Order: sequence, then C-alpha cells, then structure tokens
Amino acid sequence: MNAPIVRLFIGVLVLFALLVGFTSNWAVFDADELAAKSQNKRPLFEAQQIERGKILTADGEVIAESKPKGKGDQLRYVRRYPLGSLFGNPVGYSFLTEGQTGLEQTQQAVLTGEDNEFVSILDQIRGRQQEGSNVVTTLDSGAQQLAVDQLDGQSAPGAIVAIEPDTGAVKAMVATPGYDPNTIPTDKQQLLEGGQASGLFNRSIQGIYPPGSTFKVVTAAAALDSGAADPDTTLDGSSPQTFSGVPLENAGGEEFGDIDMRTALTHSVNTYFAQLGEEVGTGTLLDYMERFGFEKDPEVQLPDDQMATSGVFNSNGKLVDEGFDVARVAIGQGGAEGQILATPFQMAEVAAAIANGGKLMRPSLVQEVKDPDGRTTSRLDPDVQSDVVSEDTAAELTDMMTSVVDEGTAAALAGDLGGVTFAGKTGTAEKNLDERINQPWFIGFAPADDPQIAVAATIEQCTGCFGGEVAGPMATAMMNYFVNGG
Amino acid sequence: MSARNKELLGLVPVAGLLIAGFASVFVVGGDDLDNTSLIFGAYFFAICLAAHIFLRIRLPYADPYLFPLVALLAAIGLVMLYRIDESFARDQANWFVVGLVLFMLTIVLLKDYFVLERYRYLIVTGGLLLLLMPRLPGIGAQVNGAYLGVDIGPLAFQPAEFGKLAVVIFLASYLREHREVLVVGARRFAGITFPPIKHLGPMLVVWGAAMFLLVFIRDLGSSLMFFGAFLALIYVATNRISFVLIGLLMFFAGAWFFASTVGHVGDRIDVWLDPYADAQGDGFQVLQSMFAQADGGLFGKGIGESLLTAPGNDQPLIPEVQTDFIYALIVNELGLFGGCGVIAIYTLIAARGFKIATIAQDGFSKLLAAGLTAVFALQAFVIIGGVIRVIPLTGVTLPFISYGGSSVIANMVLLALLLLISDRARRPQQSTQDVIG
Repeated sequence: MNAPIVRLFIGVLVLFALLVGFTSNWAVFDADELAAKSQNKRPLFEAQQIERGKILTADGEVIAESKPKGKGDQLRYVRRYPLGSLFGNPVGYSFLTEGQTGLEQTQQAVLTGEDNEFVSILDQIRGRQQEGSNVVTTLDSGAQQLAVDQLDGQSAPGAIVAIEPDTGAVKAMVATPGYDPNTIPTDKQQLLEGGQASGLFNRSIQGIYPPGSTFKVVTAAAALDSGAADPDTTLDGSSPQTFSGVPLENAGGEEFGDIDMRTALTHSVNTYFAQLGEEVGTGTLLDYMERFGFEKDPEVQLPDDQMATSGVFNSNGKLVDEGFDVARVAIGQGGAEGQILATPFQMAEVAAAIANGGKLMRPSLVQEVKDPDGRTTSRLDPDVQSDVVSEDTAAELTDMMTSVVDEGTAAALAGDLGGVTFAGKTGTAEKNLDERINQPWFIGFAPADDPQIAVAATIEQCTGCFGGEVAGPMATAMMNYFVNGG
Repeated sequence: MSARNKELLGLVPVAGLLIAGFASVFVVGGDDLDNTSLIFGAYFFAICLAAHIFLRIRLPYADPYLFPLVALLAAIGLVMLYRIDESFARDQANWFVVGLVLFMLTIVLLKDYFVLERYRYLIVTGGLLLLLMPRLPGIGAQVNGAYLGVDIGPLAFQPAEFGKLAVVIFLASYLREHREVLVVGARRFAGITFPPIKHLGPMLVVWGAAMFLLVFIRDLGSSLMFFGAFLALIYVATNRISFVLIGLLMFFAGAWFFASTVGHVGDRIDVWLDPYADAQGDGFQVLQSMFAQADGGLFGKGIGESLLTAPGNDQPLIPEVQTDFIYALIVNELGLFGGCGVIAIYTLIAARGFKIATIAQDGFSKLLAAGLTAVFALQAFVIIGGVIRVIPLTGVTLPFISYGGSSVIANMVLLALLLLISDRARRPQQSTQDVIG
C-alpha cells in the first residue's frame, strides 16, 4: 500500500501548492489591483491612521494639522485647519470621505511620508507607524490676512495674488468668497451646488477674466522685445479709430496726438495699443503670451483640475490661435472670435516676470519640506520657467510702468508706499458697456528699482469704476506690506 | 539522539516563537493588554512540556517531529489569537489543557488501538449522529448559513470535528477487511475499472452521506473534506486511480446538481465565482479576506498592525477573524511569507503522517494513519482554500490555529492516534523489547 500513500502525498502537495499560488496572487501579484478596488475601504482607513504632516505658513503658523481620535485599533487622525477660511483655497482640504484638493492633494505623498520608499519599507519591517513630513508653504499669514481684509471690503468677489519675483514664491493667494475647510465634512455638497459662485471656486487661479489694460504690458513687451517697436515709436493716439470695422475709443473718449509708447502706457491709450497690436501681429503676440505662461496651466503645485489656462478664447470657450481681432486682444479685450481671458495668478506672473529682469521664475507654493524629526528634506530651489524678454526690454517696461504711477492713470496711488517708487498698470475691462459694468485690475511690483514683490488684484465687477481707484489701493496695500513691513 | 530528545529540541523554536510573538503583540498593543496576559504563552508552553514528558514515558518511539510541528502551529495560532483579543488566547490555552487530557486518555486507553476495529459500526453510527446534530431543532446552531455547530446549554461544539475521526476509523477498518474483494472483484467496463457491484453499495452510501452533508449541513467544504478522505482511503486500499476518478465525478456531478437545485448551495458557488456581484452582502467576507491579503504583501504589516475593524465604528474588516478567516489575518500581518510558512508546516505534518502510514506494518494501521493524515490535510486545504477563493467558502476550522475547543480537542485526539500508530511501527522488534522489559 506504500506506493499509493506516496502518490496521495504528492496529491496533497499539489493541493497545497495551489494554496501558495492563490495566496501569492492576492498578496503580491494582484495586490495593487485589489487595493484600487472601490469596494476596498482598507487603504482609506489605513491612510486615516497615518499621522499626516502639518502644513505651515512661511512664518510658522499652522494651516493644517492632524488630530488623533480614538485609541489602539480605533485610532485615526482627522484634519483640522486652525486658521479656518484664511488658507482655504490654496491649501485645500483632506478628508476620508470628501477627498482632497489644493496643496493637500498635490503634497499627498510628502504629507503621508510615502515619498521616501526606503524609509517606509524600513519602518514597515520595524513595525513603526508611517509618519508624514511637514510642508512649509511660501505663503505669509500676514499678507494673506491683509489680502482677505482688502477683498472683504469690496462689492464683488475678487482675488489677490502676490509673488516674489526672483524666487517665484507665492506669498499670498486669496480669492473671495473663501470657505472654511473645517466645514467640508458637513457642507461640501452645499458648497458644490454653488458652482463658480461658491467659496470652493479658487478664482485667483481658476477664474478667467478679461484683463483689460493690464494686458497692454504684454503687448508692449512683445512689441519691444521682438523689435516691432521701440519706446520712441510714435503712433496716432486719436479717438475713436476703427479696428476690424468697429470704432474703438480711448477711455472717456480722450484724444491724444502722435505719442510714444511711454506716454501711451502712462495714459493707457487704447488706440495706440490697438495699432501696436496689429503691428506686432497675432503670431508674435501669442508667442510672447506663451513665454509669460499663457496658453497652459500655471506651473504651481496645484491639481490641474483646480487651475485654469489663460489665453485667447472664442465664444465657445475654446482656446484659439488665429482669426481674432488682435487689436482688441492687445488692449486686453476681444470679440466673439477671440477674447483674451486671464487668471489673476497669470497677471501676477506678468508683473513678476518684468520685475525679475524679464525672467519668469517657476511659481511655487512650497518653501520647504521637513521630515518628522525636523530635518529639511527639500527646499524651494528658484528656477527660471521661461526667458520672457531681455533685461533691456524689462528695464524699459519698468520705466514706463513707473511712469504710470508717477504721472499716469495710477497717479493717485503714488504716495501709497511712503515714498518708495513702484511700477504698476491699471486695467478696467469692460464687461457690459450698456450697464457700465467693468472689471477693475491692477498689476504692479515694488520697489521699482529692486523689486521684492509683484502683485495682481481684481474684483469681478463694479459699476462705472476704474482699476486705479478700486483695484489699485488693494495692490498698493499688499506692496506696502512687503516693502515697508505691514 | 533519541526520538524524544529530538522532540524536545523541536520544542525550542516553539518557545522562541511564543516569546517573540507574545512580546511583539504586547509591545504593539501596549495599553489595552493586561500585564498578566503575557503568561498565556508560558502557560501554553507548559502544556507542551507536559505532553512531551508524557510521550517520553508512554510512547518513547513515536515520531519525534509530529508533536513539535503541531505545537508550532498552535503557537502561531495562539499568538494571532492573543493579537485579536487576549481572552481568545486564554480560552485557547485552556482548551489545550482539555485537549491534553484527551490526548493522554487516548494514548492510555487506546494503547491497543485495534479495539477500534471491533466497535467500528458503533463508532460510525455515533459519528453520523454527531454530524446530524446541528440540524436537530433546539440544539442546532447555524453559523454563516452552514449548520456546523451544536449548542446544548453551556456546551457548544462542532460535531464535524469529531465526526471526521469516527468516519476515518470506520473506513480504515472496513477497507482493511474488504480491500482484497474490492480489487479482485473489480470489473473492467468500457476501459474503466469499476468496483464490484456488491461492494459498490457501501461506497454509494458514503457518497450519499457526502451529498447529504452538502445539502443538509449546507457546507460544500466539509462534505468535500469527508468525501476526499474517503477517496484517499479507497485509493490507498485498492491502488485503483479509476475508483478515485469515478468518485470525484460522482461528487462533482452531485454537487453540481444540488448547486443548481438547492438555493443556498448555489449561492455559495455564485459568490465564489463572482464575489463583486454582491460586495456588501454575500461577497463581503471573501472580498475582505482578499483585500486583507493584498494589504499584507510579501512581508506583511507586522504583528498587531492589521486593521480588524473600521476605525470609528466596529464594522469588521476581517470577518470571523479568530476562526474561519484567521489565515487572512496571518497573511495580512505576516505576509505571503507567513502564509507560506503555515502551509509549509501543514505540508511537513502531512509528510510525517504519510511516513507513519508507510512504515506501519499492518493494513489497519496504514489505512488509519493515511486516513487521519488525509482528512487533516484536506481540512487545512478546504478552509484556507475557501478563504483565498480556491474553492467556495466553508465553515471548518484551521486545525490547531483557529479559535475553538472542538477543533483543538478533536485534533489532539487525531495527533494521539497518529503517535500511537508510529510508536508501534517504530518500536524495535518484540524480542529486543522483551529483553529490555
């Protein structure tokens, strides 16, 4: 009977080999697929048991932290945002059932400690709980608060963005209305129903608006740097003039004679820049727009679906690269075939690129990453995103924009920085001519000779107002904070 | 080195495992564990030493590896139970005391285990009655749709655990007597060898019993275990693979028939084929088991690191973790390596069991050893296979690892029988012993 006993044992071996095979399949070969199944809540629960790192402001305030609840097996961490709505938009939220947005989403790997594969395997063998790193943002709590204060006093939703020109560090990013991330677990659905009117809509980088005359800086940059014109190029500043068969007026119908570019920018002469735009041409203008960062999402650490592309859009909301009225796009407006629309963030990048001698630094919301033991594991390494214009062009533009503040459309703001000279450009985009609804803008940087901060400020609409009087004071308050310290 | 010294040496890794396992659970679980709970490990090891000393006296020639292998499984089980809930480890250690008593009683009372042959019909009747008990009104208990438990006042047990011993003892005895007739009387028909009609009767009875179990107890796994043990014994007794194939064919034909006609049997099979179809209902258990294994990976999360319930509420993430699904927890915390380790121990036990069957000198001993080993290995296969979706989910326990008194006690008796057979087989010739004695 021994032969069948041996064969019986072989049969048992086959059965047990089957067990090893299936276990290998579930535990190793098929593991990633199983982990991704929607029915599998285990990864979610486990993520909740990792103490997620803190998110801090550049000046050390805690924006987001994880608080433990329960003990032992029941231990879990819940995200808390001590500063409430102040950083709601750029930082976003992270909750088990509601998902993640903003920096919480893009910094997920760092915050949960998954970025360091070796350490986490080592911890796993030692049976140590995975711990996340802390993310120190570039955002300044004082500047952020100041921006909120500026916008809260306005009659319409708006946004302010402040960027450090030589590093790309985003020092302030505010959109109103904001939202308090702590309320997301209960109020998310309600907020989502509000669509673009709700606080979840980060209009500083998701909202696209006609930039109005602030866009003339881009047109001027393209004209100067491409050689299509120089600061002394004289054009007819009379009003109205006909472009694409439709008459175009200067603001208030003001008449200028033959003027140079400096005078034209100082007084924001529409007819001059419309002609200049036609001389630059569609291709060159788009080329320079791309260098400034238009036509693609900003390169900052936010999720793609939470950023908007700035550019020329037709009435169907599609980006176009030809067939539009370049004269009107050149002054920051446009028509049905193509209208220039830009995010406040994009316009801040325009100011920052000029301020930094024509080099646009890659924008960043992250200053540094510190591991749980407090060691810095990575730090913002300033990096040129694109060479937009030459240093000479940037200097010429700075000079013209300084003149805007000294004697032009922003002359009323000249003393706002306590004697520090700064450069700027006003914008008043027409949104509804009949009802006189405008979108006021201001972009600028300070000090003019050694820029430390570049700012863009806007509100979505106001009636019969101008950029210089509504958006200007918000921008100068921000610049004053950085130049003169609050 | 003598067999018993080898056995003592074999208990060293058991002690190491207990110390390391209990210490790591204690360190991870810390606050929630009673300081005195650490002694459950020592308590269990004392039981192992007592059994060893008893074997030294009573069965000096018995297989030296079998007991340490079983102790290793029990140690793994105890550590995992301790990790789930310290009271499970305490209860389990207590069950091992009862198991040890029955182990000793078996060895003392059945020193001449051939008496079992005399009472084979009594034994099989008792065994079948045991299997029927779970469906008797008032005492039967349904667990997860299967009728495997009995609940009489304070006494709750799983009759199938004891039933399997009775069935194997009967079959070994019956086949020892009838194996020649089965072989000689066999007829070849259409190229297939059929057992003689006269003896086909008892086989049909066994097949009928397996089918009955399937429908009555509603557990495909345990009927597969019983019928598999029967086929293994038929094969060993007759060396006719055709008998096994015919038997398997009959089993699967019957299973297919009942799966398509009896709802609850079919449901289990549907869940096995597509657990995602009802992920929150019928498919929940096996899916959670697969997810837990996926989470374990190659090395596992470490002892005490598995999520047993959802944080914030008590919804289990590994259902029935201390009994049916303990293998899923082992893979979750100890990884593929841990799971393979457990399977390797079962393989070694099977190897030792079949080894005993090959060296045993008489037919009954051979068949009994092979049958006990086969039923033990099949039980491990059926429950692990159910947990990892090789076969439909079933309700038997993982021998020596799962929480539960019936399982511990019945398997300790099974171990005692194997050791009795091996002691007889390995004992030096009678004449020598007379001189010594």
